[in-house]
Amino acid sequence: MFLINCPYCGERDQQEFKAGGEAHIERPKQPTELSDDEWAEYLFMRKNIKGVQFERWNHAHGCRKWFNMIRDTSNDEIKAIYKMGEKPPSQ
Amino acid sequence: MTKNLRVKSSEYIDETNRISFKFNGKTYHGFKGDTLASALLANDVHLVGRSFKYHRPRGIMTSGSEEPNAIVQINPGTNRTEPNVRATEVEIYEGLEASSQNCWPSVEFDIGGINNFLSPFFPAGFYYKTFMWPASFWEKYEFFIRHSAGLGKSPTSSDPDIYDHRNIHCDVLVVGAGISGILAAKNAAKNNFRTLLVDEKNELGGSTIFENNEFNKIDNKTPSEWLKKEIEKLKNIKNLEIKTRTSVAAYHQYNYLLARENLTDHLEAKDKTNKIRQRLLKIRAKKVILATGALERPLIFNNNDRPGIMLSSAIKKYSEFYGVACGSKNVFFTNNDSAYESAISLYNKGINVEAIIDIREQSESKIVKKVKEAGIKIYWSHSIVDTTGYKRLNSISIMKLSNDGTSVTGSKISISCDCLGVAGGWTPAVHLYTQSGSKLKFDEEKKVFLPNQNTSEQISVGSCGGDFKIDEIIKNLNQKIKDTLNINETDLDGIKVEIDQENSKRNIWLLPSDKPIGKTKPFVDYQNDATAKDIKLALREGFRSIEHVKRYTTTGMGTDQGKLGNMHALGIIADTAGVKMGELGTTTFRPPYTPLTFGTIVGRNVGKFFDIFRRTPMNDWHVENKAEFENVGQWKRAWYYPINGETMHQAVQRESKAARESAGILDASTLGKIDIQGSDASEFLNRVYTNAWSKLAIGKCRYGLMLNEDGMVYDDGVTTRLGENHYIMTTTTGGAANVLGKLEDYLQTEWPELDVYLTSVTDHYATASLCGPNSKKILKKIIPDLDLSDENFPHMSFKESKIGNVQCRIMRISFTGEHSYEINVQASYGKDLWEKCIEAGKEFNITPYGTETMHLLRAEKGFIIVGQDTDGTMTPIDLQMDWIVSKKKYDFIGKRSLYRSDTMREDRKQLVGLLTDDPNIVLEEGAQIVSKLNQSPVEMLGHVTSSYFSPNLKKSIALAVVRGGKDMMGKKLFVPMENKNINVTVANPIFYDEKNERLNA
Ligand SMILES: [Zn+2]
Repeated sequence: MFLINCPYCGERDQQEFKAGGEAHIERPKQPTELSDDEWAEYLFMRKNIKGVQFERWNHAHGCRKWFNMIRDTSNDEIKAIYKMGEKPPSQ
Repeated sequence: MTKNLRVKSSEYIDETNRISFKFNGKTYHGFKGDTLASALLANDVHLVGRSFKYHRPRGIMTSGSEEPNAIVQINPGTNRTEPNVRATEVEIYEGLEASSQNCWPSVEFDIGGINNFLSPFFPAGFYYKTFMWPASFWEKYEFFIRHSAGLGKSPTSSDPDIYDHRNIHCDVLVVGAGISGILAAKNAAKNNFRTLLVDEKNELGGSTIFENNEFNKIDNKTPSEWLKKEIEKLKNIKNLEIKTRTSVAAYHQYNYLLARENLTDHLEAKDKTNKIRQRLLKIRAKKVILATGALERPLIFNNNDRPGIMLSSAIKKYSEFYGVACGSKNVFFTNNDSAYESAISLYNKGINVEAIIDIREQSESKIVKKVKEAGIKIYWSHSIVDTTGYKRLNSISIMKLSNDGTSVTGSKISISCDCLGVAGGWTPAVHLYTQSGSKLKFDEEKKVFLPNQNTSEQISVGSCGGDFKIDEIIKNLNQKIKDTLNINETDLDGIKVEIDQENSKRNIWLLPSDKPIGKTKPFVDYQNDATAKDIKLALREGFRSIEHVKRYTTTGMGTDQGKLGNMHALGIIADTAGVKMGELGTTTFRPPYTPLTFGTIVGRNVGKFFDIFRRTPMNDWHVENKAEFENVGQWKRAWYYPINGETMHQAVQRESKAARESAGILDASTLGKIDIQGSDASEFLNRVYTNAWSKLAIGKCRYGLMLNEDGMVYDDGVTTRLGENHYIMTTTTGGAANVLGKLEDYLQTEWPELDVYLTSVTDHYATASLCGPNSKKILKKIIPDLDLSDENFPHMSFKESKIGNVQCRIMRISFTGEHSYEINVQASYGKDLWEKCIEAGKEFNITPYGTETMHLLRAEKGFIIVGQDTDGTMTPIDLQMDWIVSKKKYDFIGKRSLYRSDTMREDRKQLVGLLTDDPNIVLEEGAQIVSKLNQSPVEMLGHVTSSYFSPNLKKSIALAVVRGGKDMMGKKLFVPMENKNINVTVANPIFYDEKNERLNA
């Protein structure tokens, strides 16, 4: 059970949060310009890394804010947490 | 026949408090302070159970939670009964009953004992190899397994006890209150760290509290005397909370630990009532200090499992702590000095010690000399090659060990004895450590796995960290505490420790016998009956990974997770395969460390608290009017209102007719409501719904369909424009929270530039939906001064008004196809609103209807229910709702996916109406649809999604999804059922009032 440092609320138990999949996948600005393959790439393809992964998390039972997390999936070490729209900190 | 083996009074046993208890139906006596195990041993009862596979008689081996054999059923046949409890952990109380498990008909005569004599036919992997085939024999196998191999019985009536959960946040958690844990906790608390010290036992002090070796001294006192003084001092320390009878079950990441605090298991039945039995502590600690100690290892030799064969340390504890002699003719078998301490402990109490068998060549320590002086015979370089005694050990045979330790030589000596203490060294209890994700390293010299790489702020102190001697323990503990707590001094500075030095060690994982291994039974896992022979067989059959050998032989897979024998299993594998133990790795220890009850896990979340539920403000009225309820998400919704003993079908038929013929009223409060404000609110709706919203006038309502990005229908509902920058959106009852979550996600992460604010107001409003040709007249009676004319208040529009002094929002919208109004008031006025409607509607025979009638009425109109007629694979095109998908909008969620080659296929499943040729047959929802009969295999075209008997049309109607159904209008299809084939015809899904004339009726 992680202890997650919400950028808006501080340290809270993992129970209050919802994981939201891979981070930094921007919704295409002009979907109609994309081929089926390009759209499918955005829609379906997600990484599942053993190691350092960029993830979206939501403080669902708290402030309801989304934020980003860098997590090592091999040992669940949370390496960094930063707000939506911010660049990932250099590790 | 019963002997009293209580040897000398112990300060931990209250001999003035005599307790009677029953074991296997027979009454025994013990004293307050006894465990079930110590009390049985005091009565000379060793045989307590039968082993799992061979049903061999088994006795008490240990004095703690690592016990593999003495597993009993507590209070059998009562609602408090509990299986698989370790007798070594049960504190006795007046009236306690316990019985043996895994024996039938009794522990003394167990029919499964025949397995022992058949054991050559029960090799490793026996179950895998045998019960594979033939499949038809499974019933016979099951009968055999269930009757002869049960591991206890679960209670059959509900649990009378209360369980609880508590969250604890502390600076320092110390696990284990032996000497290391006590000193660590004391120093942490003294330095102002909020400290919690827990121990699974009911007394503090661990094994040091009965450590009376006269050659070990702390500040010139014996370790036990010294530690008792330290425990005294704990009482006055602030910041320190101590919990005994508290066992840490799990150590998760980020220093999150679960512990079970046992509050009433040691009390008599009359003192248990209305008290919390067990409490699950959810502990989040900044730092964790593991002081979990070490478990003594047995030795692996032929027939090492007989009742009367115990760990040497357990014999010492029973003698020193409980004042119980485990036997009258004791022998020890050892590879280190600790058995000598146990022997002296017995000797000092006048208990007979026959001999010590030592696999070492010699040892020169003071305690060994003392044993020699006491005249106890020591057999150096000897090993036990066999034991005898079926239900109780009665003799051992020993032989001289060869120099390399792989064989035995010379003549066999037989020694008669009734108790054998085995001492194979110590295994640090690193179970919790590894659960935390931290990594171990094998120490080749000490032959132990030790903590190596920590994943959180934690240290392992004392013997679980690899320090076994008191001088090492105190010296290393002192440094570790200073480093971890970042302090300069502790009260351990300057403590003087003298110890008796042990100077020789010898480790042999599997001791040789004069017989070939195939003819011996050297048990490695006592609970699961896995022998060294099985492990060797597994290796011969090609298993290499330690995890595979474990599963194949079942070594370490019992409720004790092989706490005693796992190291030997690893050692035997390493020796046999010729690899180093460090390279082999170890098996994974999983939570819980000791088993937890289900009660502890669920805590208070039982009965009506199992899952929370939500009630509408009108709920009391529904209850008073005998509604039946259905669960929709967490909501309790009125399902139908039977009167005069109506069946559900009868009630729904009546309600449906009334709603169309005169007036009906539905509690629609559970619909999700999201308040949307901001200067970009219209643009936001454009992006999340498939249809266009910019041109919706203030005061108008519009139905919207929301897709997922994959183009599939996600939710639907009516949204009303309340003002220039203000909308109220309704969602499905079940989808409300997810829709809000999804909208927030897009707003925060994809379109942060939009000025839009979302607020859930579902619980703020109560909603009564008034429908039917007389709904207008009823509303007129409630709000006389509101102009209800079609010109002023047309279909799909909104008015703000007042009922008396109560503000209300009225939408003229319809989910039934009838002229209807949804009236919203502040939730606290909901019941009042409802009753006003009922009162005003009396003269029109207003009929309350529930969700079932609502479903029927909307099905007559062909309106979909998301989640019933859709399943996450339906696009709006599949639903034949092309009209709601804007062609003009550049983008909306899911738009691009509607143009994928897969979503544009013509042969997708599409929503159609189905009419049965026989109008009285109602199809089953979920029934499959085919176009051909008598063909196998037959192509499944689709299935029925909604089906009812329509009282208004006087025939059966159904909605279905059918492959290519759009182009099948009028086509004959079949719904094959178990006993008949039903003929159906594809129809327009709008069965009733296709032209929507009734909306303005
Ligand atoms: Zn937050």
